[in-house]
Amino acid sequence: MKRLATAFALATALALGTQAAPADTLATVKQRGELICGANGTLAGFGMPDPQGNWTGFDVDFCRAIAAAIFNDPQKVKFVPLTAKDRFTALQSGEIDVLSRNTTWTLSRDTSLGLDFPAITYFDGQGFMVRKALKVSSALELNDASVCVQQGTTSELNLADYFRSNHMSLKTVTFATGEEALKAYESGRCDSYTTDSSGLYGERQELSEPSQHIVLPEIISKEPLSPVVRQGDNQWTDIVRWTHFVMIDAEELGINKGNVDAKLKSDDPETRRLLGVEGQYGEALGLTNDWAYRIIKHIGNYGESFERNIGQGSPLKIVRGLNALWTKGGLQYGPPVR
Amino acid sequence: MSAISDQAYLRVLPAQKLPPPAERTGIFNWLRENLLSSPTNIVLTFLCILLFAWAVPPLIRFFLIDAVWSGTDRDACLASPAQMHPGACWAFVRVWVSYFVYGFYPLAERWRVDLFFVALTLGIVWLARLSTPRRDLGALYFFVGLPILSFILLHGAPLIGLPVVPTSLWGGILVTVVVATIGMVFSLPLGILLALGRNSEMPVMKLAAVGFIEFVRGVPLITVLFMASVMLPLFVPEQFAPDKLVRALIGVALFASAYMAEVVRGGLAAVPRGQYEAARALGLTYWRMMGLVILPQALRVTLPNIVNTFIGLFKDTTLVFVVGVFDFLRTVEAARADPKWTTPNTTVTGYAFAALFYFVCCYGMSRYARSVEAHLTRAGRR
Repeated sequence: MKRLATAFALATALALGTQAAPADTLATVKQRGELICGANGTLAGFGMPDPQGNWTGFDVDFCRAIAAAIFNDPQKVKFVPLTAKDRFTALQSGEIDVLSRNTTWTLSRDTSLGLDFPAITYFDGQGFMVRKALKVSSALELNDASVCVQQGTTSELNLADYFRSNHMSLKTVTFATGEEALKAYESGRCDSYTTDSSGLYGERQELSEPSQHIVLPEIISKEPLSPVVRQGDNQWTDIVRWTHFVMIDAEELGINKGNVDAKLKSDDPETRRLLGVEGQYGEALGLTNDWAYRIIKHIGNYGESFERNIGQGSPLKIVRGLNALWTKGGLQYGPPVR
Repeated sequence: MSAISDQAYLRVLPAQKLPPPAERTGIFNWLRENLLSSPTNIVLTFLCILLFAWAVPPLIRFFLIDAVWSGTDRDACLASPAQMHPGACWAFVRVWVSYFVYGFYPLAERWRVDLFFVALTLGIVWLARLSTPRRDLGALYFFVGLPILSFILLHGAPLIGLPVVPTSLWGGILVTVVVATIGMVFSLPLGILLALGRNSEMPVMKLAAVGFIEFVRGVPLITVLFMASVMLPLFVPEQFAPDKLVRALIGVALFASAYMAEVVRGGLAAVPRGQYEAARALGLTYWRMMGLVILPQALRVTLPNIVNTFIGLFKDTTLVFVVGVFDFLRTVEAARADPKWTTPNTTVTGYAFAALFYFVCCYGMSRYARSVEAHLTRAGRR
């Protein structure tokens, strides 16, 4: 009987052992010597390889920032390309340490998957593209317009909601794929084309004359994109969250890749705390005190990463919009390091 | 009665052959007989020529004449005053081609992949050309030496100074070739065993083979791959879970072998019963009967179907993307999103390049099978 009980306990332990992913992610990562990051692989500007096979993008740089904070080496990341379907399983099973793959934070994902969304790194939302010749400057002027949209997406539902709540009449023209919808828009079937605004900028480049089309300022849905970690490892969640926040804070304080060494000698107490000259803030996270310095030295601040990958320094030319600092009319706000 | 000598004239030599009447030869006659023999034929010929004239010149113009062959970014492939209607953007393929071939394989280690391609080509040529010497050694090389060599080359062996390259970094044509080759090499023997099992008189073997074949054929490959990538990690601890590429390899190999089994079974059924009985009467054991008498005949009959299965398998390798492995097609899809190169023609060019690659490979396999078939038919006639 006792043996049976032992066997049962062992079996249970085994079964649970297979379920529970490593609890102390930071220790696992340090021991392994590299961070494993789930990424997209096919999304321009956010996560995709360059012709030499190096990963680049906004989401990719976020993972590199975490690696820089831990190892002082942004190359110590292994990227695992994931599809939209298997991304959460990969995280739950412990195959990856952090998921940084343009993932929208919603209540159901936060509660039912055993996952946590530490910080919103990019405020996305659905937008509209129109021809310049249409002389429209706001989505509210699109009354009676025909809009090309991909079938069966939330974009289609948001579109109908938006027009109804603004008492405008709408002619939806739907297509099985986004590509078809875009082609139809280009050939003049519709006055406007709609999808997530981060995608709009990339797809505009596929048109024969991108400069003849503009993206309207209205964002009609909320798609807050966040990295994702497993629930229950609070230290790891904090590291991921604060990696984002220090990049915001650095931008606010005017610290960038170029001047970060000079800023080490700054008298400004906020700068000194952020860069680890004063206080033991990095050690509180289980890292070294110069962790934020490493991030900025290797990756740069939030604005630099943004402009380099998706902003004016890239072919996508996405405007900061909601992702500007809170001091400049956006929503990006980093709590203080103190 | 006088004999032949009475005749005034006797022709001894056969008359010289005259050429056929002019209207029966020559290009015009060929045209008339083959293309314009009846009103239906005339209409069909005319329609085909129209279709050809409608479809082909624009394609040639787009992919060759107006195509952009070099450039550093998308501007080269956009309409400009110099070129109002630019065609295919081959410059994009040129810039990205190393990614299409190697995926994320580290730049410094890519010579290992090149070496693997050379070793594989050598093995295939050795084994596939019927006239090369020592094909028994070739088989040993292909089925024993090459797998070990490939593993050491591609995966790495720190002992001899080759750093390990995890399969998550493999991609492109490398992955497509590895998956297809392993699928083919494993599916044929496995398929033969399964087919023999299905024809076996031993009930357990028969049940196992039938069960496996029917199960595999009843489930889509993509479902199995998806299960392997999504469900497996939840049941097995991460460190024991097989590598993602290995999962895909096993899935593809098992799948192909189930289809192969049915193909081989068709061949076995085509061998007359008398052959079995004769072999038995000679006192051959089961394996010798199969190996010496039945299978050579069965495989010859089914060769076209075997190649058909191989071609299907080669194209099925594109499904491995569901486990997060970037095969050739997936690398093309990834590259076409590159904002530096997005133009109206980039996507078309990328897919055209992919189509060309798959066509060349599959058509090559098909041509090879035809030549072997012809060889075997000649051999069979002797």
